[in-house]
Amino acid sequence: MSQEVEVTRTHPVPDPGIPEHVERWADVDPEESRRAERQVAACFGAVPLLALGFVVVYFFVPRTWSVQFAGLNAQAQNFWLGLLGGVAILLVGIGAIQWARLIMGDHEISEERHDAGSDSDTREAALDEVHEGITQSDLPRRKLIGNTLKIALPSLALPALITLLDMGPWPGPGLRAATIEKTIWTEGVHLVTDVTYKRIKATDMVVGELVNAAPENIQDLNSDPAAKASATAKAAIIIVRMDPSTIKIPQSRKDWQVDGILCYSKICTHVGCPISLWEQQTHHLLCPCHQSTFDLGNSGVVVFGPAARSLPQLPITTDAQGFLVARSDFTVPVGPSYFERDSTHDYKDGDN
Amino acid sequence: MAKPTTVSSDSPALEVTTPQGKKPLAGLGGPAGWLDERVGLAKLSKGNLRKVFPDHWSFLLGEIALYSFIILLLTGVFLTIWFKPSMAEVEYTGTYQLLRGIPMSEAYQSTLTLSFDVRGGLLVRQVHHWAAMLFVAAATVHMLRIFFTGAFRKPREINWLIGIGLLSMALIEGFAGYSLPDDLLSGTGLRFVDGLIRSIPVIGTWAEFLVFGGEFPGTIIVPRLYMVHILLVPGLLLALIGAHLALVVYHKHTQYPGPGRTEKNVVGYPLFPVYMAKAGGFFFIVFGVTVLMGTFLSINPVWKFGPYTPNQITAGSQPDWYMGFVEGAIRIFPAIEWHFGHTTWSWQIFLPGVGMLGLLFGGLAAWPFIESWITGDKSEHHLLDRPRNAPTRTSFGVAGITWYAMFWIAGGNDILANTFGGSLNAITWAMRYAVWVAPVIAFIISRRVCMSLQRHDAERVLHGAESGVIVRTPDGGYYEDHMPIPLDEAFTLTQHAEYPSLEPTAAVDENGVKVPAQVTKRRARVRDWFIRANLTKPTADEIAVAHSHGDGAHEIASPSEPIEASNEQKAVSRH
Repeated sequence: MSQEVEVTRTHPVPDPGIPEHVERWADVDPEESRRAERQVAACFGAVPLLALGFVVVYFFVPRTWSVQFAGLNAQAQNFWLGLLGGVAILLVGIGAIQWARLIMGDHEISEERHDAGSDSDTREAALDEVHEGITQSDLPRRKLIGNTLKIALPSLALPALITLLDMGPWPGPGLRAATIEKTIWTEGVHLVTDVTYKRIKATDMVVGELVNAAPENIQDLNSDPAAKASATAKAAIIIVRMDPSTIKIPQSRKDWQVDGILCYSKICTHVGCPISLWEQQTHHLLCPCHQSTFDLGNSGVVVFGPAARSLPQLPITTDAQGFLVARSDFTVPVGPSYFERDSTHDYKDGDN
Repeated sequence: MAKPTTVSSDSPALEVTTPQGKKPLAGLGGPAGWLDERVGLAKLSKGNLRKVFPDHWSFLLGEIALYSFIILLLTGVFLTIWFKPSMAEVEYTGTYQLLRGIPMSEAYQSTLTLSFDVRGGLLVRQVHHWAAMLFVAAATVHMLRIFFTGAFRKPREINWLIGIGLLSMALIEGFAGYSLPDDLLSGTGLRFVDGLIRSIPVIGTWAEFLVFGGEFPGTIIVPRLYMVHILLVPGLLLALIGAHLALVVYHKHTQYPGPGRTEKNVVGYPLFPVYMAKAGGFFFIVFGVTVLMGTFLSINPVWKFGPYTPNQITAGSQPDWYMGFVEGAIRIFPAIEWHFGHTTWSWQIFLPGVGMLGLLFGGLAAWPFIESWITGDKSEHHLLDRPRNAPTRTSFGVAGITWYAMFWIAGGNDILANTFGGSLNAITWAMRYAVWVAPVIAFIISRRVCMSLQRHDAERVLHGAESGVIVRTPDGGYYEDHMPIPLDEAFTLTQHAEYPSLEPTAAVDENGVKVPAQVTKRRARVRDWFIRANLTKPTADEIAVAHSHGDGAHEIASPSEPIEASNEQKAVSRH
């Protein structure tokens, strides 16, 4: 407990009291007073006209018309509805405030305050009532009722909360392995261009090029948009071709690439934005959301920003015709971290 | 009750009287009388109709927040008539040619239909979004006004807490709202939320699967957010706003210090008719302005972003402004992730994401209690502080704003780098330091400024205001003549409360018995530091002496010359 401190409020200059009322022009000059009245009435009087204008625009201005002036290019209907409606509403407000400012009495008045708390008599009386109620309930003698009620009420929270557990499937190890730890990439799946789904020939890619790509089997999910969306959210990839002499390829990933063509997950390991900003000269890939930067010339390690793990690399090779195909799924889960994620197998700078 | 059966012939009840003037509701007949007999209308109105409210522009900030909330309810109802909260895939066949034939969710499609094919639809959508921006902005500035003037002090701590609850829920409400259209930008926001939920230690994956109904994105998050946005949070907001206003009525409004204003009164104008006209009129002004904003200023043009697909994004993705500080924290937080055995602890997402909100709102909620612990002040306050007279609090407030601003700026580090041609990495590193250094600098500067302003006040009270007239004395000296300030101002500048310095008390009395209500050395030190920048105000004697000497500047310029005290006479005889 801290000690109570009296706050001192001394008044070296005595309180002059509420300032005298100063009359306004409209209070003393009848002409000015009529002018104020006309102002307010004009505001209110214009409102029905504007409202009517709104109705006219609603029915008679076609959707295809547009309004162009001073750099504004707007749909005419939207423009006029908003302008007429907005000014009408505004005029109600301006009229009311002018009325209060110029015409309504403006004598400052003072009202007493009362303490927020009750006085001691009221407290006593209230306590007496509480005491009487407690006595009548017989709770002090029958502790068992009170104690069981104390358990009964909180225990109701349990069924209430438990019903929420069916909001989604439970991510046990089995479901995790089938969902967030797996993508639709498998051995032999062709890498196809995003959107147009064209297979990509290794020899068609030039050094420095970046291609946004997808697994060919994503089209199998066209009939199930939800499955396609969650598959895309994990299987999206980027393919880059770099000069093999300018990049580091660890021993263990020698056969994950084709002549400097490397393939990485497009999903940021930070919070899962699709990464898309490619710096051709430095081989850096930048996430537009939070600026995590990955070095694709060094197995996707993080060189800057809040991401903590390397971008997963997809092992690829070519088929008989020279088209790029996957050699397997990603070797680690793609996308943002989650608690049960085993992050020991991610590539760390310097691994071989 | 027994009724008299007869009335005596000379009863005053039989005398014919004519009413003095015409009263609009004489005898309380008609609908008013009907209501009064059923709900006691007159009892409710008496005393409340003429309730006094003080006048100040800064009291309008909370009103703007309240009115934009009403506008949000009105426009929101219109939007629900058209919006379909469904993630089922459809092909767009509407008016907007650039997206025709493209598969998209029903949520996005209905937003496009609302914008292009419903008369007034785009207008209402834009008014709704602008009103949401205004709601959060007005609530934030209103909170700052409450903070800097000390309006959160006893007896208003509960209302401060309600306000903090309102503000935090306004952020959630806004976020849920702009996630609904399921365009590329809002989908990217949801992707972030998915990553954020996942990062919660231990229960993250479970929370993710329950919230999204399985894997991201699923098909159920938009309908669920819709429920949160139009039922759950608005319901809570409405209930809390009701409580917020009820407490304002019960406590009566605070007022700024000034002549005639005391801790025991409230000076201003009556609710009926002045404030009904002013506040009611102000509602229409806020409404009218948001409608005009919705007319002239394009906001969230979702048709430009296209439908959400998890493998696309636009550079320069930004959340709505009020989420900017969280975004900034996420961007500049160093990549701290623990890998323990087969588990991953993503502190770099959890701490800035969840921790940042907790720190901000927790700190704000705790402040009234921290301050009253430090000052030991447990009395009721209805007169507001001028911020300079509470320098340490003011400086904490400015430091807090600076802290928030640094994170907010960091949320646009890519835009800064792009606009000013700087290095993104250098800016990010600079912001990592700035969030710690800038608030400290801001604190020191504001405390200095507060002290200077206090000295300035004292100077005006003692020596008056500069008149702008330079006087040359016969012996060649120069001085500027000073005019006495009006008594009203002199009173306002000297009315503020002062805290006596606390001496630490011994923990035990002379008999070696523990004293319960003691002032520890640490508390005395903290308090000392807290009130160190509160300068002592001039006393009545000092003012009298200064005035009888004339104005201070004289003494420097012409020490020999005695000055007539006529100025002081002028100050006293007013009106």
